[in-house]
Amino acid sequence: MVATLAQAAETIAKTTGSWPTEHAWIIPALPFAAFAIILFFGKRLPKKGAEVGILAVAGSLAMAIAILLSDFVGGHGPVVEKQLNWFPYGGRGFHLGLGMKIDGLASVMFVVVTLVALMVQIYSTAYMHSDKRYTWYYAALNLFTGSMLNLVIANNLIQLLIGWELVGICSYLLIGHWWEEKENSNAAIKAFITTKTGDVPFLIGIFVLFAATKTFNITAITKLVEGGHISHLTLTAAAILLFGGAIGKSAQFPLHVWLPDAMAGPTPVSALIHAATMVTAGVFLLARLFPVFAHSPEALNEVALIGAFTMLMAALLAMVQDDIKRVLAYSTVSQLAYMMAALGIGAPNAAIFHLFTHAFFKALLFLGAGSLIHAVHSNNMSDMGGLKRNMPTTYRTFLLGSLALAGIPPLAGFWSKDEILTEAYRFGTNSGTAHGTPTVALIVYGAGIVTAFLTAFYMSRAVHLTFEGEYRGKGHPHESPQSMTVPLVILAVLSVVGGFAGFPGWQKGFGAWVGVAGETHVPSASIPLILISVGVAIGGILLGRRLYLPAPANEPLERLGPFYRLLQRKFYIDDFYMGAIVRPVRDMVSRAMYWVNQHVLDGLVNGAAAGARATAKGLYSVVDQKVIDGAVNGAGIGTRRGGGFLKYLQGGDVQRYAAYLFAGVAIFAFLFTRFG
Amino acid sequence: MNLAWVLTLGALLFSIGIYGVIARRNAVLVLMSIELMLNAVNINLVAFGAWFQDRAAVGQIFALFVIAVAAAEVGIGLAIVLMIFRNRETINVDEMDLLKW
Repeated sequence: MVATLAQAAETIAKTTGSWPTEHAWIIPALPFAAFAIILFFGKRLPKKGAEVGILAVAGSLAMAIAILLSDFVGGHGPVVEKQLNWFPYGGRGFHLGLGMKIDGLASVMFVVVTLVALMVQIYSTAYMHSDKRYTWYYAALNLFTGSMLNLVIANNLIQLLIGWELVGICSYLLIGHWWEEKENSNAAIKAFITTKTGDVPFLIGIFVLFAATKTFNITAITKLVEGGHISHLTLTAAAILLFGGAIGKSAQFPLHVWLPDAMAGPTPVSALIHAATMVTAGVFLLARLFPVFAHSPEALNEVALIGAFTMLMAALLAMVQDDIKRVLAYSTVSQLAYMMAALGIGAPNAAIFHLFTHAFFKALLFLGAGSLIHAVHSNNMSDMGGLKRNMPTTYRTFLLGSLALAGIPPLAGFWSKDEILTEAYRFGTNSGTAHGTPTVALIVYGAGIVTAFLTAFYMSRAVHLTFEGEYRGKGHPHESPQSMTVPLVILAVLSVVGGFAGFPGWQKGFGAWVGVAGETHVPSASIPLILISVGVAIGGILLGRRLYLPAPANEPLERLGPFYRLLQRKFYIDDFYMGAIVRPVRDMVSRAMYWVNQHVLDGLVNGAAAGARATAKGLYSVVDQKVIDGAVNGAGIGTRRGGGFLKYLQGGDVQRYAAYLFAGVAIFAFLFTRFG
Repeated sequence: MNLAWVLTLGALLFSIGIYGVIARRNAVLVLMSIELMLNAVNINLVAFGAWFQDRAAVGQIFALFVIAVAAAEVGIGLAIVLMIFRNRETINVDEMDLLKW
């Protein structure tokens, strides 16, 4: 019954779009092709492969913009779905395939991914200039971009999973790009294993959905869920398991520990993978499968509460970091939690809107931080200070990014953050239709307001410590080259204007383009709520300015006492994992495994080998030498002797041949007449 | 007309032909024996054509074909015999046994 319905849903006629939309597969194909070209020919090219990557991603960006403009900006676009069949499964006419599902959500993600990837690749030409694995770096960047686009374009969960795991691998490779230092390769391994911890429930969740719907096709699954054909319990189980994958990939509590360590990678990689694109894959997944979550209030509440908790926790941790990249990393965790919370209260469009604006200003902030690190050769803000005189472009763009993140109108971050807060308040006070529980929405609102204050405070701290006061580092820092500042300027412009896409009350704004799960509700702004959120943001900035403007000798937050130590130790979460999971596994389980390996497995392997050798010897001397060789030689000798006798039949006497022929005819004639 | 008599005549002629082909040593006589066998076939064709009172006279037409083919065959055969005689000064088939192991 369910399978038949799924089949029907899969064959529903799809609407058609413009030329770029119909050929959207080119978008992921270009970076994949660039990856192969750079890998095989990169070192022989004049720019060591960078030009191939930049051209390919620029092509993808052009396609992505064409799709967004032609079909989606200003209203409900088509849903285009196509697929190349790969192999059949389930025996009911389903085919697993390489497919594409282009709708508003995918088109927006295309633009975000390709735009940030292009900026990062241009920026990297200078930042990674004398790196010894420069060509490989570009190959990996392009592999990442292609994989991420494949994740976005996928129309079935298996293809999505392939992209999901490929971006994980690329993240591992790029975090460990400078693997000569043990710390970096440890960070890469930590990131990989932590996200894998989430991927196991994710995989099981996919199988639960498959068991219930008999299909991997996303459209068919959402249709079945919306039709109410799947039991509530199954949906809740599937949603919570799928959310496990999102927790790992999007660095939510309790699997957030990998993201700050991932800053060991090159800074442009942090901007691309660990801020703007890959870590948003979890948010994207939840939006893609939003109907599954929307039909299970329990799962939605879990998402919202995890989001609310993570945003607060990460914002608190961001306050005490000295490494500027770690400040931004915790800020990313916190902002991703905003998106998760928005999904959890049932406002997916607001979540994707925040994803969209966040990608621009967070990529800008990371690239700005990279520019600073490039100049002072240190990640620590205690080695910076007074840089606004030396690096004016970096200062101006970084300041814009910080204000956007803090949520100061009219910058991009204000609109999206405010939309999430407004929706949370509306759902919480029951003046809107919530998917989840109103209390949960109110908790999200409260956590969001406090986080907004903390966000403004830690960004104010970072800006004052790096740009104001006197320079505390070594050498004479100077502004970065144009190939680094131009991407900064472009991203700064987008951080200023990007938010107007979702201007509150604009009926054909961002929410209408994206329309996650058919949701096209346009939020309206409320002046009191805006005043509250802008008020706390300005309060945070002013507090930061008061504490840090003359750069203090001692960290003022140390006055918090034990709480400061708690933050410094990252709530002891990393220590807990180290003590409760990593050490026992490494010291006890691994030792036991080693013993088993040495004594049991090696014994088995050696025994098997010795047995195999003895058997082989016996086989050689008896079976091979006597039987097989005998048979072969016997066949040869027999044939030669037989031929020696039979050859006399061919005596050259034609009349004898004729006699045989007639005799044969006579015999056959006799046989046919007697028995035929 | 009694078909059996005519078929007996054909069979006798055919058997004489076989004997000639197998037993004679003179190549020209072997060729002539082959002609005997072909003519035995012609007799059978015509006899059956008459027996079935075939209006289209298929049997007779086939007999004409066989005669034409036989003429061509004996022409080539005699040419081969001539060439062998020129080269080896003999037409004894027992001595023509070069194509053997």
